[in-house]
Amino acid sequence: MGILVENVYKSFGSFQALNNINLEIKDGTIVALLGPSGSGKSTLLRAIAGLDNPDTGKIIINGRDSTHIDVKKRNIGFVFQHYALFKHLTIRQNIAFGLEIRKIAPNIIKEKVNELLELIQLSGLGNRYPSQLSGGQRQRVALARALAVQPGVLLLDEPFGALDTKVRKELRTWLRDLHDRVHVTSVFVTHDQEEAMEVADEIVVMSQGKIEQIGTPADIYDHPATPFVMSFIGEVNVLPSNSPWFKNYPDKLTSDVFIRPHEFDIQTELNGSNTKAQIKRITHLGWEVQIELILPDNLTVFAHVSKEKFTRLNLKTEQFVFIKPLSAQVFNEDETAKKFVGYDFSI
Amino acid sequence: MQSSNKGKNYQTILILIAIVYFTFILLIPVVTLIFEAFHKGFQPFLDSLQSVEFQEALKLTLIITAITLPLNTIFGLSAAWIIARNQFRGRALLLSIIDVPFSISPVVAGLMLVLLYGKNSWLGGILASVGIKIIFALPGMVLATMFVTLPFVAREIIPVLEEIGPQEEEAARILGASDWQIFWRVTIPNIRWGLLYGLLLTNARAMGEFGAVSVVSGSILGQTATLPIFVEQTYKNYQTEAAFSAAAILALLGLLTLIGKEFLERRVDN
Repeated sequence: MGILVENVYKSFGSFQALNNINLEIKDGTIVALLGPSGSGKSTLLRAIAGLDNPDTGKIIINGRDSTHIDVKKRNIGFVFQHYALFKHLTIRQNIAFGLEIRKIAPNIIKEKVNELLELIQLSGLGNRYPSQLSGGQRQRVALARALAVQPGVLLLDEPFGALDTKVRKELRTWLRDLHDRVHVTSVFVTHDQEEAMEVADEIVVMSQGKIEQIGTPADIYDHPATPFVMSFIGEVNVLPSNSPWFKNYPDKLTSDVFIRPHEFDIQTELNGSNTKAQIKRITHLGWEVQIELILPDNLTVFAHVSKEKFTRLNLKTEQFVFIKPLSAQVFNEDETAKKFVGYDFSI
Repeated sequence: MQSSNKGKNYQTILILIAIVYFTFILLIPVVTLIFEAFHKGFQPFLDSLQSVEFQEALKLTLIITAITLPLNTIFGLSAAWIIARNQFRGRALLLSIIDVPFSISPVVAGLMLVLLYGKNSWLGGILASVGIKIIFALPGMVLATMFVTLPFVAREIIPVLEEIGPQEEEAARILGASDWQIFWRVTIPNIRWGLLYGLLLTNARAMGEFGAVSVVSGSILGQTATLPIFVEQTYKNYQTEAAFSAAAILALLGLLTLIGKEFLERRVDN
């Protein structure tokens, strides 16, 4: 059960939009397709929905090979970025659309619509038209419309992309709660890593038509499989392998070394083997402070320290500090990841 | 203060130009027409409407319009949908072909039909041998009218379809709607204003077309003369009374279409 995507390829002219996609989405989970624009995430979603057919490969939805089944028979719920509500119909009529197509009895439709209006907390607004609602409300209506037909899977294409930050955050939490209640297998497309982390059980990171990594949010952040994932999820410093910090590393380093901004130890006094660096710029990011540092060989790194530590060390621009990585990560040529923690970064 | 006064002066001048323009181009001609039709009272007007020639012309015009309107609506809708919803080779060419009637003089269009379907052409010859007469008969007049009104519906709808995009239709499809259901429940409500306007233009032009129809019709009063041809013929024969009365009726038909549109718009809005 769930969704199975097997060896799917899709190209538009000479552009390879999907390149050998294999993916299993477990029944009842909520999964994010995460990637930059042009990574193929929306194409994959549309392929699952049947709006764009793959060139080759199979799509199996809830145990049924759906590759050649027409969109209207796939029993899918789909939510568009720009809502795609029927402008000429009221909210009630919008939600009832799929049920009317299925020739459900009017009294049952009415009951069902009431139920869904309650679920999306818009009970009083059933007789309004989409243009009379806010963006967040419209997207909830779109969700109710998709859920009304009790779809086998729910697909959401950048569902919060058109909303402002505050509404977006609210709706995210709301969607997560909703999913905990409704339990329909859901896939949503996003380019926002925070959104993916917050809502999804599993994240599928895509780039250039390929899947880079599949894993839980924690997995993806802590154990990125490729340099792309490492740079795309969370911030990262990329240092050349010949940097003096890594000279004691036993194996020969062939690729760049990746260090997260929070994985630096910063001191104001020389403490053994730390590197001297000068503070170039200080940026306040809320509960963290970002410090831009210049290393001796003119390398720039970004380090994050907590507000508390920042105040305690009394850091100023142009001041000299002593820094050392706490852990770092390399990707070998065969793309296996290796993290070195507790290694002596002395120079 | 200075600049706002200056702005106001410009505004007044522009408004005056618009009023003068409107008066001379639109208002005076129409008023003159109505005056000419009725200046001897109502009875002469009614009398001229009693003539067989006039009634035949009116009937012919209504028949041609009644055939042209639905056919070109179906064609226009299909063409608009294909062009707006698909990317294919020759899309731009198809768009230009639809525009051909806009750029070709109606008289030339009529002439083309005569060349193709006339007695001396190969096609006309074949058709004549099985007893089908196109030129100097109703079929030719319908063809000519369809030719000149071909772009109206399609041209009105294409930009509307492109602007609303395919997403609502996709949403309906995912919810299980068939093509037919999508068309009636989603597409038509979204394009209704464009469609209505296209229908209006087609209707007005179908009733008023002179050039193309006059070439293929032979303009025989009482047989192959439509209302515009009737107006022209009677006017040329110094039957001014009949000419102006028919012209007034023609104008009235146009006005009725406008009123119909207004009425529909209000009903849909409520």
